[in-house]
Amino acid sequence: MINYASREINCKLVYYGPGLGGKTTNLEHIYGKVAPNTRGKMISLATETERTLFFDFLPVDLGTIRGFKTRFHLYTVPGQVYYNASRKLILKGVDGIVFVADSQIERMEANVESMQNLYDNMSEYGYDLTKIPFLIQYNKRDLPNASPIRDLQSALNPGWPIEDPTHQKVVPDPGHPGENLVEKVADGWMGRAAYTEAVAVRGDGVFDTLKGVSKLVLKTLS
Amino acid sequence: MTGAASWSFNENDYKLIQQQLQAFLRDSNARCALLVDRTGQLVATVGEPPQFDPTAFASLTAADFSANDQLAKMIGEAEFASLVHQGEKESMYLADVARRVILVVLFDQRATLGLVKLKAKATVEALNHVFQAMFDRVGASPGETKGLLHGAEDEIDKLFG
Repeated sequence: MINYASREINCKLVYYGPGLGGKTTNLEHIYGKVAPNTRGKMISLATETERTLFFDFLPVDLGTIRGFKTRFHLYTVPGQVYYNASRKLILKGVDGIVFVADSQIERMEANVESMQNLYDNMSEYGYDLTKIPFLIQYNKRDLPNASPIRDLQSALNPGWPIEDPTHQKVVPDPGHPGENLVEKVADGWMGRAAYTEAVAVRGDGVFDTLKGVSKLVLKTLS
Repeated sequence: MTGAASWSFNENDYKLIQQQLQAFLRDSNARCALLVDRTGQLVATVGEPPQFDPTAFASLTAADFSANDQLAKMIGEAEFASLVHQGEKESMYLADVARRVILVVLFDQRATLGLVKLKAKATVEALNHVFQAMFDRVGASPGETKGLLHGAEDEIDKLFG
């Protein structure tokens, strides 16, 4: 939403992913690290055992562009399968998505199920995940049972065909030299979501992720 | 913007909205009126400045309204066009505007629920027109928001270091 009266650009970012994957931890780290005058209050609607029940919410100001204050509203969804009805509500009007994947081998199935659920919920709103700012964060990279990035990519980020000729050009992945976000493959052109690696509990990669997705959102306005 | 609920408003829209809400507060004796869009962003506040964090309040309002919308569907209603939360001293009345925005009225014992509801009805109708015109305008010129940061790629890159 753009408010010309108060010169503000407001964007909604949603952190999605399987339960206990680190979505809330991402927000908590951001809350703890940014200057108090650039963030609002963090709201957590959680159960007594600190599992997200409805959502966490944190507004942060990321700076001014062209005289417009850029304000990002960060939301997490409840990851547990059971809470799909409330999870879907949070996606309403989303401008950018971060999928927080749990790198542990044992959580591969939960990641895939949550990714499928994200595609389904988005399409029910008529949103196309391949056309909106979307970034995948592979979290918990420090754990000994973390899957290799290659395996996670092929399970969660295999790519989608690019049919529009104007988009059929190589786009290098700025975060990973030598890799591309859009490239020609054997049977046509393929695009995939950018990704980051993180250890959210230590804060590693948390801001890279936030910056990455925020930049994608602002670039849709340029 | 990329979300399906994208829209923008200018100073003139803002003035029209403020006028409607000010008239409503005067007629209903309510303390404060807020407009929140369905994605949880605060659009406008009129009346006594709220003593709470308005941004957090707006996100909770949208969640409250969305959850109730789903409850309505479950019991076979198309929607609950309005909601009331009644406290001992402070109360809230929430009403849908143009399916995209929520009018939130905060009132205390100086106002009655009946009067708030009655006056809100006309205000909601007037606001429906204002917002519909706004949405139609965005629909007619989709480039308006798209080009806002045109040529600002460098500035965006700089912002993120």
